[in-house]
Amino acid sequence: MPIFIDRRLNPKDKSLGNRQRFLRRAREDLKRSIRDKVRTGGIADLDREHAVPMPRKGTDEPSFGDDRQSGRRQHILPGNKTFSPGDLIDKPGGGGGYRSAPGTMESEDDFRFVLSREEVLDLFFEDLELPDLVKLNLKQILSFKPRRAGFAASGAPTNINVGRTMRNSHGRRIALRRPKQAEVDEITHQIAELESKPASAAVRERIAALREERERLERRRRRIAYVDPVDIRFNRFDPQPVPNANAVMFCLMDVSGSMGEREKDLAKRFFVLLHLFLTRRYERIEVVFIRHTHQAKEVDEQTFFYHTESGGTVVSTALEEMHRIIQERYPVAEWNIYAAQASDGDNFATDSERCIELLDRKLMRLCQYFAYVEIIDERESHIFGSTENGTSLWRAYNAVDGKWPNFQMRRIAAPADIYPVFRELFARQPALRKSA
Amino acid sequence: MVSQARKSELLFSGSDWNFAKLSRVYDEIEALGTEELGLDIYPVQMEVISSEQMLDAYSSVGMPLMYRHWSFGKRFLYDEFLYRKGARGLAYELVINSNPCIVYLMEENTMALQALVTAHAALGHNHFFKNNHLFRQWTDAGGILSYLDFAKGYIARCEERHGLAAVEAILDSAHALMEQGVFRYHRPPKLSSEQQREGLRERLEYEERSFNDLWRTLPPSQGKSKPEAGDEILAERKKSLKLPEENLLYFLEKNSLVLEPWQREIVRIVRVIAQYFYPQRQTQVMNEGCATFVHYTIMNTLFDGGRIGEGAMLEILRNHSNVVFQPSYDDPRYSGINPYALGLDMMQDIQRISTAPTAEDRDWFPDIAGRGDWRDTLLDAWANHRDESFIRQYLSPALIRKWRLFALADGADEPHYEVASIHNERGYARIRSALAQSYDIGASRPDIQVVDVDLLGDRHLRLQHKVKDGIMLEGQSRDATLRHIRNLWGYEVSLAAIDAGTGATLSERWTKEL
Repeated sequence: MPIFIDRRLNPKDKSLGNRQRFLRRAREDLKRSIRDKVRTGGIADLDREHAVPMPRKGTDEPSFGDDRQSGRRQHILPGNKTFSPGDLIDKPGGGGGYRSAPGTMESEDDFRFVLSREEVLDLFFEDLELPDLVKLNLKQILSFKPRRAGFAASGAPTNINVGRTMRNSHGRRIALRRPKQAEVDEITHQIAELESKPASAAVRERIAALREERERLERRRRRIAYVDPVDIRFNRFDPQPVPNANAVMFCLMDVSGSMGEREKDLAKRFFVLLHLFLTRRYERIEVVFIRHTHQAKEVDEQTFFYHTESGGTVVSTALEEMHRIIQERYPVAEWNIYAAQASDGDNFATDSERCIELLDRKLMRLCQYFAYVEIIDERESHIFGSTENGTSLWRAYNAVDGKWPNFQMRRIAAPADIYPVFRELFARQPALRKSA
Repeated sequence: MVSQARKSELLFSGSDWNFAKLSRVYDEIEALGTEELGLDIYPVQMEVISSEQMLDAYSSVGMPLMYRHWSFGKRFLYDEFLYRKGARGLAYELVINSNPCIVYLMEENTMALQALVTAHAALGHNHFFKNNHLFRQWTDAGGILSYLDFAKGYIARCEERHGLAAVEAILDSAHALMEQGVFRYHRPPKLSSEQQREGLRERLEYEERSFNDLWRTLPPSQGKSKPEAGDEILAERKKSLKLPEENLLYFLEKNSLVLEPWQREIVRIVRVIAQYFYPQRQTQVMNEGCATFVHYTIMNTLFDGGRIGEGAMLEILRNHSNVVFQPSYDDPRYSGINPYALGLDMMQDIQRISTAPTAEDRDWFPDIAGRGDWRDTLLDAWANHRDESFIRQYLSPALIRKWRLFALADGADEPHYEVASIHNERGYARIRSALAQSYDIGASRPDIQVVDVDLLGDRHLRLQHKVKDGIMLEGQSRDATLRHIRNLWGYEVSLAAIDAGTGATLSERWTKEL
């Protein structure tokens, strides 16, 4: 008889450590894959698993091996049908390598594997320089709060509801007529009394009868447990999602010719990050894309990022469009409104005045948060730094910035500059959590 | 002998398995194997695992315990990908050459499959591991699990102390040399017990802490720069380092001037594991053939005795024929010679030659033909051969005809293959010897040796590749591997390609050129 061991319930993921080491090793390649995903995929798509191609760099395992293009060999093959010694056979591919040598693996080109959501986010966050606390927050899945919800017949011992259990036990004891301890004591007492009397036949008979009666009661008490498993009740808890409201996120972007590939890429990451943040806080999120040149239009995501349009730049049209949509579809009482605007800062000087007015009078009262990023060239970044000077839109928005605490603006030249825009937003989050 | 009363009784019915059935079947199979076939096995430990755990085991080269390294993670992803895509099924079992012999059974298997697997792995492979001379001499079945446990713990501790990157760098370099990390001609020392290892490590750590060059009491050598007869010095040097040395990992572990003690220990771990797998690679055909022959014979005996139902037997046969399927060379499914098929056919052929030989067999195998004792012949072959010698000795003309084997000469600079021999009178011996040759690891792997090192001079490490039949090393991987050797050695390394026949130097590659 052999020894049997059932290992099916052993902890899984024995190779998790190896997987982590492998991912770290191939980090650069994988990061590029994720960046491509962000570039080509939708804003809301990032937050899940992704299949990525097998990285090549840094993951080969060299060893000394024969060069297939040199030397003389003999192959022994099964299944000869027509050959006789001395026959010549053309090499496949005009003298190329010998094809089906044992052990050659099939092409690894289409070899893809799945990165978990956590791993994807890790790679996405890598050069955004988010603080760990924020990363953790974003990685969290919607939180649930256990709430008391009646009683259950099964559960963990710590959740036993003693009151309810004892009530059941009591009812059952009454229903089944479980003899009380007092009844037994009473009989014992009577026996003791009788025994102290002089023994006569009648007394002995009486004692025997009493003993039998006591025996019967004891037996019954043993048979009917004081607390039986059927009595036990547990407190039942229902996981209840932390109440979340709806949010709508407005993405505004200037799509005039001056916004190139790099600018759009940065803008997209900026939108993705805001979206990620919102998915953590709100159960339902709608995203509205408004792009503008000298006129603004609500479009779908595809058009938003990939279609260019020529024309001048009038920013206020986008703000007006946003205001119109809010009035039409998103009543402030039901929706939390977030807006993110990306632009290279060009605007007609006279229009900037109008933007200030629109924001100040209307939009900022409706919005939870309005973030503006101005995408600048990396060479410009150290010139402008933190000066007040800048494009006409920048100067105009500066006036709004001072007035409204929920307005944020920032110049970004590299991915790492994106997070500071949201810093305020993330910092407020724990406080909001508590009050929720 | 199976008694008349038990004869008609089925061992199991239905496809579900449970531990009682497994145990009953095992007992029956073990009795048959040891009594009828004369098998001699280690005690068996059967472990039931899920498919996911099977994938885990795959990725760590089939061992239940393994240290952590990214390459295992890569392999896991690859295996998982193929499995999910349905391109490849998982093995029904995995067996580990240890004492007790560990057999993994997949929980998804039906009872009929579990019976097949039990006969295949717990009896067939187990017998081979215990009795084949290569395994007996070169591996230590009793010590391997505790050694792997030590290796895993040691490498994890190194990662904690020296950082993941440092450990990974050493492992990468050592893995690149695994093929060159075995002793081919003399037996490796037995694995030391845990206590000894512990003691050794403590000593190393003590030396590491207490070494101080100030305490050196030897006078500096005077005659260092004295020019002497060069050849004599060279000969002396080679002798003191026991050169030439074919085990590069061993040489580097013992003689590298830059490795820290913990790095040496890691190189040693990789070397020990490479050595452990060395016999397996030389006995694939025999090992699988033995296991397949055993399961085929036992299952048929059980069926004949009425212990297995017809449905179960059909399932077993179907799986068996899948395993031993051998497409011919022009079939798109052809991917080399199937070791299961070749092994089983050769062993059944031996059975046939023993019991019903033809005149040709009597010619070719005078000492076994018609003797009738095929069990002893097979037991002897399993114990004393490896693939190369087994094929050289036992591949019969009848089998060459059955397989229609032919030899193809392939010169890299010629536009054609030439059919060198086919299954006819003139070709038998040539095909047999060419096939045997292709299973000779010593001949088919590049022969690379350390030939010289000048420890007192510039510490230049010279390697030599003996080029046979003009087969050179593949350039890119050669350069990458040389870089790894340089990491372990710390100084200049060069690899010269020497033609084995003429002794002429064909090329030389230095690490400083990389």
